[in-house]
Amino acid sequence: MTSRLRTMLFATAAAVAASLPAAAAEDTVKIAYIDPLSGGGASIGEVGLKTFQYLADWTNAHGGIVGRKLEVVAYDNKLNAQETLVQLQKAIDGGIRFITQGNGSAFAAAIEDFVQKYNERNPGKEVLFFNYAAVDPVLTNDKCSYWHFRWDANSDIKMTALTNYIQTRPSIKKVYLINQDYSFGQSVRAEARKMLNAKRPDIEIVGDEVHPLLKVTDFSPYVAKIKASGADSVITGNWGQDIALLIKASADAGLQVDWYTYYAGGTGGPTAIKQANVPDRVFAILEGVANAPYAPAQEFEKAFRAKLNGLTLFYPRAVNEIRMFVQAAEEAKSVDPVKVAAKLDGMKVTAYNGGDAFMRADDHQFFQPMYIADLGPLGKDQPFEEEGTGWGWKVQGTVSAQDTVLPTSCKMNRPS
Amino acid sequence: MLELVTISTLNGVLYGMLLFLMASGLTLIFSMMGVLNFAHASFYMLGAFFGFQISQLVGFWPAFVVAPVLVGGIGALVERYGLRHVHRHGPVAELLFTFGLAFVIEEVVQMIWGKGPADYRVPASLDFSAFTVFSTNYPAYKMFELLTAVAIFVVLFAVLTRTRIGLIIQAALTHADMVAMLGHNVPRVFMLVFGVGTALAAIAGVIAGPALVTQSNMAGILGPILFVVVVVGGLGSLAGAFVASLLIGLVQTFAVSVNLSVADVLGGVGVAPPAGGILLDIWNVTVAQIAPIIPYLLLVLILIFRPTGLLGTREQ
Repeated sequence: MTSRLRTMLFATAAAVAASLPAAAAEDTVKIAYIDPLSGGGASIGEVGLKTFQYLADWTNAHGGIVGRKLEVVAYDNKLNAQETLVQLQKAIDGGIRFITQGNGSAFAAAIEDFVQKYNERNPGKEVLFFNYAAVDPVLTNDKCSYWHFRWDANSDIKMTALTNYIQTRPSIKKVYLINQDYSFGQSVRAEARKMLNAKRPDIEIVGDEVHPLLKVTDFSPYVAKIKASGADSVITGNWGQDIALLIKASADAGLQVDWYTYYAGGTGGPTAIKQANVPDRVFAILEGVANAPYAPAQEFEKAFRAKLNGLTLFYPRAVNEIRMFVQAAEEAKSVDPVKVAAKLDGMKVTAYNGGDAFMRADDHQFFQPMYIADLGPLGKDQPFEEEGTGWGWKVQGTVSAQDTVLPTSCKMNRPS
Repeated sequence: MLELVTISTLNGVLYGMLLFLMASGLTLIFSMMGVLNFAHASFYMLGAFFGFQISQLVGFWPAFVVAPVLVGGIGALVERYGLRHVHRHGPVAELLFTFGLAFVIEEVVQMIWGKGPADYRVPASLDFSAFTVFSTNYPAYKMFELLTAVAIFVVLFAVLTRTRIGLIIQAALTHADMVAMLGHNVPRVFMLVFGVGTALAAIAGVIAGPALVTQSNMAGILGPILFVVVVVGGLGSLAGAFVASLLIGLVQTFAVSVNLSVADVLGGVGVAPPAGGILLDIWNVTVAQIAPIIPYLLLVLILIFRPTGLLGTREQ
């Protein structure tokens, strides 16, 4: 009798528990934000979270998503692949059908793989993965998935744009490569070598270094090595504290080189560049630049900074992501992931900083205009400084979306 | 080449001296109380954040003095009202206590200062280059860090070997009961040592904060390497900690600048590279790439071949 009672109680409890997320899902659409919120990547993860929360508020203030509220739920993956999957499972168990992540291609690969398998096994409960920053090319090539959409330009696209720019600068003779020792850093160094060899065979690669990810506190030994190599330019895919500390150490040693970076704009980067006092020598490849002369983006940036105490909008791609998500849902008149995915597939839009952009159907890589910008003292009509330094990012070169298109090896299984 | 060697030596010695500032406190606390203080690096972090906060208010120089005193005070309180009570329940409880404390401190720091890096800058009065070696500037601030560390080493050594309180501490290290019999307040000596040990870590934090990064994960990054220093030097040996700090500072710095790999060594004598797979990966890894794990390799080797450490005398 007691055991039967217990079974009944359990059944009731389970039924109540199961109905709760479903009931909550009726009025809000949730996006699970899975990124590091503690440890070495926390400073980056926090910024991303604030950005997405702002975008959710912004969406809700502009009519929401198919009449519903958009909500961002944060999950801390501690920059760990195992933990990423634990948190992903937790999000899915909580009834969330849209996942966004960006920091670390290794973790993005884990999510992409998991989502692909999950969707195969659970038809009718599909989950979509919106990748806003993990740029390892493999995610939209050999390992591509129909359920994965990438809004950031992958690292090959960025390197194409960077090397195209380097091609126009004959003063560059000796290049040093320094990158983080994991899939993304390895892909940057390999691609840099390949493209420099093809486009500027006269350039000598005087160093090719990898160092552990987010573990180095003192870069002065590396800087001493760069200096000894006689390099005039450094190419690096470093992000987070790895770029800020690298530039800081080079400032201390008085290293005078041009920096071609992916992420010098991140937290602490501009401060370090200002300290190093190297105006207009640090370049970054970006998909949106605050000071680009495009009024809608400038207004958005202004509102964003006003709300978040001067925080720069580091992720224009996140704006593209959320806008397109909302647009796809509106067009489909549904937040069913399968219908949203079908609308996103091949979608054409105007990018955050203006210009045509599209989500390529073949591999779900977003193609958008890319900008080469450098950090330095601001001129007229350049209202946005970085981190209170008085310096800001200024556009030096623009590459249209069409010119960044690279072939893909993706052969995705499309739902029939 | 000579330039690289000179600069690397300077950098290595500097990094080693910073390690020593922290390791000295850790090793003293260990030899006295038998407690491996897992929270030691957290006091280093507290030092950096206190230094940052105080220098925002009243400038760097007052912070340089006040922050270590405050942190040392907190350390003494932790010993008096925390460790001393836990002590009764044996060394495992003490270990767990300091382990938990490290997490508490990290959380508190995150709550107050957030997870991002604090904008802790080198003071303007030291923001110039002290001298130029070949063509590399050597910042005055780094020179200041180095001199501070050396000065503290000298003072610490003098206090421990030349003063009365130093004698009592040394005696209490090995014969605590006897010292107590002679009428000295041994618990108070413990509190003092713990306070001074944490204050030393805080000094390291105050001066390293602007040069490295002041962030809530800084304790986690430096913590493990500290244990390597005290184990390699010999648990409880101050001179050992000194030697090990310099050794590890130099090894880490120089390893980064060595591009040698198995391929260069074996390939040079005519051995063919492996066909592929994981062996090929190992074949091509350079010393520079594995630089960060070399200290841990050293730790393992020391524990196997000389468990007492380089200069340790303690029976295992």
